[in-house]
Amino acid sequence: MKALLRSSVAVLTLGAMTSVAAADGQVVVYHWFEYIPQELVDKFTAETGIDVVMDTYDSNEAMLASLKAGGMGTYDVSVPGDYMVKIMASEGLLDTIAEGELANKGNISALWADPSFDPGRQHSIPYQWGSTSFAVNRDVYSGDISSTSILFNPPAELQGKINVLDSQGEVMAMAALHMGIPQCSTDREQLKALNDMLQSAKQGWASFNSDTAKEVLVSGDAAAGMIYDGFSAKAREEGANVEYAFPKEGYIAWMDNVVLLKDAPNRENALKFMDFLLVPENAAALTNWTRYGAGVEGVAPLLDEALRALPEANPTADAGKTVFIEACEQDVQAVYDTIWTNLKK
Amino acid sequence: MAGGTASSGGTAADTYKNARPWLLLPAWAFLGVFVLAPVFMMLVYSFLTKEFRGGVIWEFSTAAYDQFFFNRGLFGDEPPTIEWTYIAIFWRSIWQAATATLMALLIGFPTAYFIATRPEKLRPMWVFLITIPYWVNLLIRTVSMKFMLRDNGPINDFLVGTGLINEPITIINTNFAVQLGLFYSYLPFMVLPIYASVERYNFSLSEAAADLYASKWVTLRRILLPAVKPGVVAGCILVFVPSLGSFLAPDLLGGAKNFMIGSLIEEQFKGNAGNWPFGAAASMVLLTMVLILLLIFARQQARAQKGTG
Amino acid sequence: MRRAKLDIKSYPGFFAITLVCLLILYAPLLVVTVYSLNDSNSITNWEGVSLRWYVDVFSGPESQKFKAAAWNSFTIAIIAATVATTIATLAATAMIRSGAFKLRSLSFGLISLPLMVPEIVLAVATLIFFNSVGFTRGYGTILIAHIAFCIPFAYLPIAARMQGIDASYEQAAQDLYATKRQAFTRILLPMMMPGVISGFLLAFIVSLDDFIITNFVKGAGIETLPTAIFGSVKQGIKPNIMAISTLLLGVSILLVTISYVVSKSEKTK
Repeated sequence: MKALLRSSVAVLTLGAMTSVAAADGQVVVYHWFEYIPQELVDKFTAETGIDVVMDTYDSNEAMLASLKAGGMGTYDVSVPGDYMVKIMASEGLLDTIAEGELANKGNISALWADPSFDPGRQHSIPYQWGSTSFAVNRDVYSGDISSTSILFNPPAELQGKINVLDSQGEVMAMAALHMGIPQCSTDREQLKALNDMLQSAKQGWASFNSDTAKEVLVSGDAAAGMIYDGFSAKAREEGANVEYAFPKEGYIAWMDNVVLLKDAPNRENALKFMDFLLVPENAAALTNWTRYGAGVEGVAPLLDEALRALPEANPTADAGKTVFIEACEQDVQAVYDTIWTNLKK
Repeated sequence: MAGGTASSGGTAADTYKNARPWLLLPAWAFLGVFVLAPVFMMLVYSFLTKEFRGGVIWEFSTAAYDQFFFNRGLFGDEPPTIEWTYIAIFWRSIWQAATATLMALLIGFPTAYFIATRPEKLRPMWVFLITIPYWVNLLIRTVSMKFMLRDNGPINDFLVGTGLINEPITIINTNFAVQLGLFYSYLPFMVLPIYASVERYNFSLSEAAADLYASKWVTLRRILLPAVKPGVVAGCILVFVPSLGSFLAPDLLGGAKNFMIGSLIEEQFKGNAGNWPFGAAASMVLLTMVLILLLIFARQQARAQKGTG
Repeated sequence: MRRAKLDIKSYPGFFAITLVCLLILYAPLLVVTVYSLNDSNSITNWEGVSLRWYVDVFSGPESQKFKAAAWNSFTIAIIAATVATTIATLAATAMIRSGAFKLRSLSFGLISLPLMVPEIVLAVATLIFFNSVGFTRGYGTILIAHIAFCIPFAYLPIAARMQGIDASYEQAAQDLYATKRQAFTRILLPMMMPGVISGFLLAFIVSLDDFIITNFVKGAGIETLPTAIFGSVKQGIKPNIMAISTLLLGVSILLVTISYVVSKSEKTK
């Protein structure tokens, strides 16, 4: 049956296919679009003679879906976020980097050498990191913004003018921080309270927008909004009088990581690519371009002056702790899905 | 059903009877292999067990349909009651799509008619004019649309400036904005098929009607509309059906506070849930629903044709 | 007499509605064009006139990527729309010009199937399918997927047009000893042209705008404009997209002008 299908398909598409030749000197990177400067890619090719073939995705989940739908074995590395590293590892999609395989592994800064989502950095290296919190338009609201109440129980000035990210993970994690309950709690009362809290919080929300989270703040469509640190900085540069909040209840940290995929067709080159990204000079070039944080030691002196002084990168004294988004177990995730559907039904 | 009914002409339209298999072969082959086969696979998936975080386990299960139709509480252990959540999401999508289709028809029909009555050599240019804006990416177009509609945007500024209204009208993040988003996404899909039909219309029929003292609007309703019905139907299908599954423009303009069918299904494949069987099941419900709608419609049209013919 | 005829054709208010239609379609593009000249990193905040984003499109560090993406989008849309329109025209001829047959309803269902299935489902299903039959993802797989979902968009206007053409034309031609092929190419097809053009243009813009399916079936090393635009989540949308959009608009308007001038000179010959 399969053979029949294959041959009939082959007849139908005669000549339409262009297969990528599996050249020796390449590394296939599954990446976010516009998340690495072309100069850095060119530098890598110049130094090693290895061509970089890039495919792109627009969300961690889309990448996972694509890999699970049969993409494994065609890519060497990808760049998942923190919780996704854990998920991919648990799904058996990641290859293990043996001791000594990465010459520059020691360059990883101590803070990120043993993260909860990948203990001992067995599968990944840091790419970029930052935080997710919210920004408030200071022309509209000048009061205290150091609390997640701004999002979930907003003052009158911000009522109905709040944008939240259209992403279950971020909203749920922020809500758990607000209520002071653990992420992925299994406690029924806490989950019910979480459901109720979000239902009432929604009354103060104007929109769920991820693609244009920055634009709605710059344009004034929203007076406060959940946002990534880098986008808040961009919104400020574009003239919006917004301030990035460091809520005392805590806020979200995120980190993108380069992972070595199982069945990588060019494993050696993939390791060279990872080593290249761990060189402080290259990590600094990356950070200067993306405006996020690097997870490599010795980068600080190479950074732009403006980048070091960013308010978004310098938490206030009373800022709460940062947490990574947790990947919930199956039964809790089922409840989370129901809560999310309730919220948006 | 557009294309499903016989020509209303006096002679039997079977000129190419013998060539029929060859004419249909490319469409059958292409759609059979690249659309029907994948869709069939999704039908199978909807009856399989979900694998956590996407994918399926090859074990038969009706859990996906159970989830769609029955509510078992927040923790999934209460006695089942009828689940209204998804039915409500479907109903909302149908309503929004229907409203958008009506808006598109009200604007699209006169436009198509106007284009079809231009001098012949200018018509292609008009048709191009309708589609040129769609060379610009949907996201960019929608962001610009949002800019126009904003509380302090050009449209409100203009209306307030001319004194037509005192306070800016809030359009963004309303239900109307969702409908506007759908309408804007698919407007040419209404105009072009109607144009192609009206262009063929024999205006001596209208003249005859006028000679018999029929008013213009009666002529429009009784003579013109029946004659160009295939085009109107095609346009409505091309706006309504894709609108049902669409969510990008309506979400950007409407604020995405409520799921549309499309975003609900998207979430099952690209969201945290990763519940592929449920996404597949919801798609199958949608597919069945649209097929039934088209079938009812085809029946009615066939009956109407028998009545008049 | 002539006046009476014109009078019968025109309906009061239709011209005004057409203007409203054009206004709705073009007003957002005015925003796009104006903001492509913005001297700012923002797509929503105005900071004065500058051509920097046009310079960026042609010589910026990322320009190669965007140029390739625009080229891919354009060529895929042209090829997919052409193939889909051809398939749709043949299918419409069979559906409307070959008498009644058993599989007609089923065929219509099959043709409109890509309309009914949510894009994400088609995307995931097609990807799994491509992988299971051993296709390498790339330009070819994008093209195949695009042709498939473009077919109904081309078919419906074409079929609607064909229903309005009386079969007696071709029969008269055959009575005059024209072959069926001649009746098709010399009589039916020319009369079909407005439908075919409409179908082609709809298929073209559908292909040009597709993101969800393309994103899943494209494979390594290939971008189209929509995947480039939607993929910019890490850095945000920049005004270079506005400049590219404006350039695309320029190209399309140039094409229209050329076709207009050509058709005019043909008429006067």
